[in-house]
Amino acid sequence: MGPVSDSEIEDVFREEYGRAVAVLVRSFGDIDIAEEAVQDAFTVAVQRWPDTGPPPSPAGWIITTARRRAIDRLRSDTAREDRHARAALLQAEGEPIEEGPVRDDRLRLIFTCCHPALAINVQVALTLRLLGGLSTPEIARAFIVPEATMAQRLVRAKNKIRDARIPYRVPDPVELPARLRPVLAVIYLIFNEGYVSSTGQHLARGDLCAEALRLGRLLAELMPDEPEVLGLLALMLLIDSRRHARTTNSGDLVLLADQDRALWDRALIAEGQSIVRGCLRRNQPGPYQIQAAINAVHSDAPTAAATDWRQILQLYDQLLAFTPTQVVELNRAVALAEVRGASDALAVVETLDLRDYYLFHAVRAELLSRVSRNEDARRGFDAALALTINPAERTFMERARNALPE
Amino acid sequence: MKQYLLSVYHVDGEPTPSPEEMQTIFRDVDALNSELQSAGAWVFAGGLHPESTASVLRVKDGAVLITDGPFPEGKEHIGGFWIIQADDLDAALIWAAKATRACAGPVEVRPFQEEPGA
Repeated sequence: MGPVSDSEIEDVFREEYGRAVAVLVRSFGDIDIAEEAVQDAFTVAVQRWPDTGPPPSPAGWIITTARRRAIDRLRSDTAREDRHARAALLQAEGEPIEEGPVRDDRLRLIFTCCHPALAINVQVALTLRLLGGLSTPEIARAFIVPEATMAQRLVRAKNKIRDARIPYRVPDPVELPARLRPVLAVIYLIFNEGYVSSTGQHLARGDLCAEALRLGRLLAELMPDEPEVLGLLALMLLIDSRRHARTTNSGDLVLLADQDRALWDRALIAEGQSIVRGCLRRNQPGPYQIQAAINAVHSDAPTAAATDWRQILQLYDQLLAFTPTQVVELNRAVALAEVRGASDALAVVETLDLRDYYLFHAVRAELLSRVSRNEDARRGFDAALALTINPAERTFMERARNALPE
Repeated sequence: MKQYLLSVYHVDGEPTPSPEEMQTIFRDVDALNSELQSAGAWVFAGGLHPESTASVLRVKDGAVLITDGPFPEGKEHIGGFWIIQADDLDAALIWAAKATRACAGPVEVRPFQEEPGA
């Protein structure tokens, strides 16, 4: 094999960091030791691989090198009577050396990162750090948090995992449904943060979307029999398929109805729809699967006018049964407007108490304009604008307001 | 085995349980204590008198100063606690979930530091 470039090593890092850390956490029972060792191993790789070329199994090489480095480091620490180091070393030495990485290790690590005893923003940061291999500055930038704050958050989380002994294992079947919920929520939150950034200048921070998709694929690979895991992956794929149609070249937002459907990514749609069909056959519906199905119906329509709104409305009824929230009611009202008309939908929207949610005002304003209550619609868009930070969404709503007849 | 402190908090101004509710709480806590003991998770537990019975001591300028009342002068006070042993936080959280139901109040879970040299 020929010499490798830095960017190729970077790719290996992205792909293999989480796997290597997960294996090493199991070996040493300590996240810091694992991270440090894996980073050491990549440092060696950067020095050596450009000359020698990558080893036949880069992942295996990284894990073996990291393990050896960690043991060396711990041996010198134990000489200094570090009790913690001694315990870690004992655990690692007592364990049979395995050739290949065990894929369950990453699954364990996901459940540790998304443990319910950790706050959601901590779960997100840990997941991106340990499984995504994102650096602390990268995570801080993505969530518009000062780097020191993010560093502190991660240190505190790792200390809590160690000191409170948050376990490193896949929950048993009884606990699994409750424990899977935060895992899915974390991945979807990362995706949404990338997709609708409330603070960034660009609508899509593609890196976070890509990372969420990678985690979603990983989870689907590790838990192929969990319908909601598959539902989440399908949902993200189908939403992401519209990425290029969703904004104009100048960064303006384009509504689903106005999008150039030729720009939709057919490969992502095919993958998402095939997962949705698999979920339908399984017939164990859940919120993510239903949302994926709604998106699959949109993807089916060659034109906006050809959208099967009746089916979408039925799916929203089903979703409402699972998650009876006002936000779902609001989304259902959008479908209701297409099936039964704007005034029926408006009647539903007026019963909702979502005054702090910008989309409530935006949807309401849009429905008001359809029933020619233009003055009310204008005030509605103003209320929506007062609650929106995202520049692309702001521009969109300003245009909608200014397009209203006097 | 790791040890955890399960503290039961009372918040000033929250309604106090009725005598019947107190009876239920006593019964549920007793049942939980027996369960902890038979599972080998029990280390110690106890309920405390109200914070008005508390005294606080501190060293100031080399001398020990005693003040009447709780520390700190907050709205929340520990009403009682368990010390349990469990394999990990998940096991401790299962006990804490039973504890918060039994005593009808918020329960804080904190890990003990390892004994030096353990």
